[in-house]
Amino acid sequence: MRWGVITFPGSCDDHDVIDCLKTDLGQKVKVLWHKDELAGNFDCIVLPGGFSYGDYLRCGAMARFSPIMRGLMKFAQSGGLVLGICNGFQILCESGLLPGALVRNSGLQFVCQPVHLRVEETDTPFTSSLKKGQLLRMPVKHGEGCYYADPKTLESLRKNRQILLRYVDAKGKPAASANPNGSVENIAGICNPARNVFGLMPHPEDACSALLGSEDGAKLFMSIAAACADRVPPHA
Amino acid sequence: MLEPASREFTQPAVTAELIAAHGLTAEEYQKIVKALGCEPNYTELGVFSVMWSEHCSYKSSRYYLKNLPTEGRHVLQGPGENAGVVDIGGGLAVAFKMESHNHPSFIEPYQGAATGVGGILRDIFTMGARPVASLDSLRFGAIDHPRTRYLLSGVVAGIGGYGNCIGVPTVGGECYFDECYNANILVNAFTLGIVKKNRIFTGIARGTGNPVIYVGSKTGRDGIHGATMASESFSEEKEQRRPTVQVGDPFTEKLLLEACLELMEKDFIIGIQDMGAAGLTSSSTEMAGRGGCGIELDLSAVPLREKGMTPYEILLSESQERMLLVARRGTESEIQKIFEKWDLDAVVIGKVTDDQQFRALWHDHEVARIPIRALTKDAPAYQRLAARPVYQEQVQQFDLAKLKEPGDLNVALKQLLGSPNIASKEWIYRQYDHYVRSNTVIAPGADAAVIRIKGTHKGLALTVDGNSRYCYLDPYVGGVLAVAEAARNLACVGARPIGLTDCLNFGSPENPEVMWQFAQVIQGMRSACLALNVPVVSGNVSFYNETDGVPIYPTPTIGMVGLIEKIDRVVTPWFKASGDVVVLLGRTREELGGSEYLKWIHGITRGTPPWIDLKMESAVQRCCTEAIEQEVLCSAHDVSDGGMAVTLAECCVGGEKPLGVRIDSREMIRGDALLFSESQSRIIVSLKEQNLDKLREITARHSVPMQVIGTVGGTRFVFQPLVQVSVEELKGIWSTGLTSRLK
Repeated sequence: MRWGVITFPGSCDDHDVIDCLKTDLGQKVKVLWHKDELAGNFDCIVLPGGFSYGDYLRCGAMARFSPIMRGLMKFAQSGGLVLGICNGFQILCESGLLPGALVRNSGLQFVCQPVHLRVEETDTPFTSSLKKGQLLRMPVKHGEGCYYADPKTLESLRKNRQILLRYVDAKGKPAASANPNGSVENIAGICNPARNVFGLMPHPEDACSALLGSEDGAKLFMSIAAACADRVPPHA
Repeated sequence: MLEPASREFTQPAVTAELIAAHGLTAEEYQKIVKALGCEPNYTELGVFSVMWSEHCSYKSSRYYLKNLPTEGRHVLQGPGENAGVVDIGGGLAVAFKMESHNHPSFIEPYQGAATGVGGILRDIFTMGARPVASLDSLRFGAIDHPRTRYLLSGVVAGIGGYGNCIGVPTVGGECYFDECYNANILVNAFTLGIVKKNRIFTGIARGTGNPVIYVGSKTGRDGIHGATMASESFSEEKEQRRPTVQVGDPFTEKLLLEACLELMEKDFIIGIQDMGAAGLTSSSTEMAGRGGCGIELDLSAVPLREKGMTPYEILLSESQERMLLVARRGTESEIQKIFEKWDLDAVVIGKVTDDQQFRALWHDHEVARIPIRALTKDAPAYQRLAARPVYQEQVQQFDLAKLKEPGDLNVALKQLLGSPNIASKEWIYRQYDHYVRSNTVIAPGADAAVIRIKGTHKGLALTVDGNSRYCYLDPYVGGVLAVAEAARNLACVGARPIGLTDCLNFGSPENPEVMWQFAQVIQGMRSACLALNVPVVSGNVSFYNETDGVPIYPTPTIGMVGLIEKIDRVVTPWFKASGDVVVLLGRTREELGGSEYLKWIHGITRGTPPWIDLKMESAVQRCCTEAIEQEVLCSAHDVSDGGMAVTLAECCVGGEKPLGVRIDSREMIRGDALLFSESQSRIIVSLKEQNLDKLREITARHSVPMQVIGTVGGTRFVFQPLVQVSVEELKGIWSTGLTSRLK
């Protein structure tokens, strides 16, 4: 399994993803620089969290123009797995690989806290080792993580079963009180119709060790690794 | 690059008014004339004024700071550098420091606090260390003061805005409210970084002819005379000084951080220093001062972002996100390549000389020439007049016998638990990313934050502490208690202290009463540092924290770092399971002087702070650490503000699921004192009953009193026979105590 992790200027969680994949999960990882062209064979490319270009414009709006994004678009179109975490999710929405947008949290403040997530769909390479309805615990930390999509888009997300994760309470209910940012329908993560591009606001890389309070993030990464073992990787 | 208005620069005449406007006294001016051998020109006057400002020269504090113990077996770098460095074994070291950004944060809370964080981060990565954790210590005016909400919201958003964006977690801190800070808030920012022991960089210039390289953001007019502002008291009129507050750009700093750390993997640079207070002037002269050489700067080569800037403005600008390097000759293009990768400027703006002079050129004309010594080692130092305040005797008078005990102690406990100083600070730390870098083992809210050190089994515990009410009532004892509490907080997670940094926030040093407080606090800190064996490795003094002649309470903030050998053994303060036994280490006395209870319930700030026996303090701390290391304890929580009842209540409600407790503590003291006394050297621990004998063995070995006082369990908080409340209710009060007052 070959992972690639892109560093944009202002990426902060790139080291964390690389460390947990390598150290906690024993994976092979290539560090990618945003100014380079995408080259090499990869099973999954991660767009990490952070504040690309300072998020001074709309989050992710600048990073989508980085040179590496051209190759990434092709990689995604040819079926390669793309995982966007937090700022990475924002970049995927800005680049059109995922529908909808991430806007300012409804509470208007940055929010850093652990959340419960419910796995909604398992017929994707990202979630195939997980169980439908399974609860995962990991942190969110963002100022603009409120997922928004117009009713028509939401309808198609539901129809195509693209909503992969929802914010829920400890009992697994998508209660309003369990929604940290006001996301529509408590949406925490979605995939594209082809099910090979996945964006989520929570941070699995911060939940890969019992010492840090949760290993649920590792379950997600290992689910991807297991799915890739059965796939032929596309050439980037 | 922008073309300056003129290649010619006519220095304005130096008049008596101009000298006074630069904050220099007549004697100081004479000293300047003597050092130069002639009258200074306008630019030189500006350079002297910032370098001799209190903020840069420590002219009032140096005499006393000498008393702090700075040496220890593991200290690699003590005070005097950008940050202190302590060896943690395995080829690694930690660099840490704390700095104040009080005045700017009062004038413009968001940017003031944000640039405070930016500044301390640069101090750390300048040393070659990657910043991995920040803390902040905040003091605001009374919670109901009309300005407090605005200042608190702005400061917290500013700290988060900068720290979150640059990807350094804010893992802990403290926040207190008191009317003494109504017109002079305190924002003290702490950062720690990890560095390979053999890759530590310092701010030194060496090697005649070596290039001086400017990296980072372009220079603007922001922050000119920021250092001088920090060296004056506030008045209504000075609040208008908004333009002297710098504006932060965390994105550029993130690029600067990554570029500098990449550069430091190579052997290109001799020394590096952040352009902080007094910008280009202080960084260049201090580096030359440490290297015993001279430095020549060509100001016309400095990257500018504003039109028509004068040499004076370029030298004194405090624009953020800039660094000065002294590199090995011939490596310039390699260095430029690294900064180009990160889209940053790297420009040669001068060279190291052998004439021990600071020389600034403007289009080949010399605009300033000053002996380096005059700006560094020979800067003025004063032994200011110190006198015990006349009110000191009076505020210590307090007769507890005359204080009426509240009729219902349930109500008193609830009021205290919901008071802004004690209630949960989640509203604050929820706005800080405390997970990034994926090291956070104990997140904000505990006695100390804990981070793991990747690639090892070790961890670091971090805390900031300081009780200014104690310092006001007795500055010596207050200084002792600040250090003692910080070390105790580390013990509560199982860490052993390895060093401390401080921010000493005081009123005007020209006021003898303030100077006396300063001297006393330092003496107190010294006693505690020696007794607990913790060296002071870095720090910062912030004077002139007063408005219209009224100083704040003396407020030393102690940032302390502890080492944990086995990271998987740490404990949090919260109770874990029903049936666990609750034990008090230490002894409770009738000590309510200066307590949160006296202040919040009775509105009284009087008496003497609690007594402390530093030998006992040290023994209690060692007990707790050993018990945690031997996996005897399930939880440990330091008894501080609000006393035993508040501490126990926090143990019940602070964890993920609230747990009840039943306490039966027999002490022959009055009820409110039993509940709320702030007697020192006490820790509440919980453990499995079968481990009691092991704990007894440890406490006996250290001659520490221990008392089994109760059992965890149920849904009620019971303190026989004084208090009985539902834990759910307490949790609600504690969780909303701060937020309900901010609406």
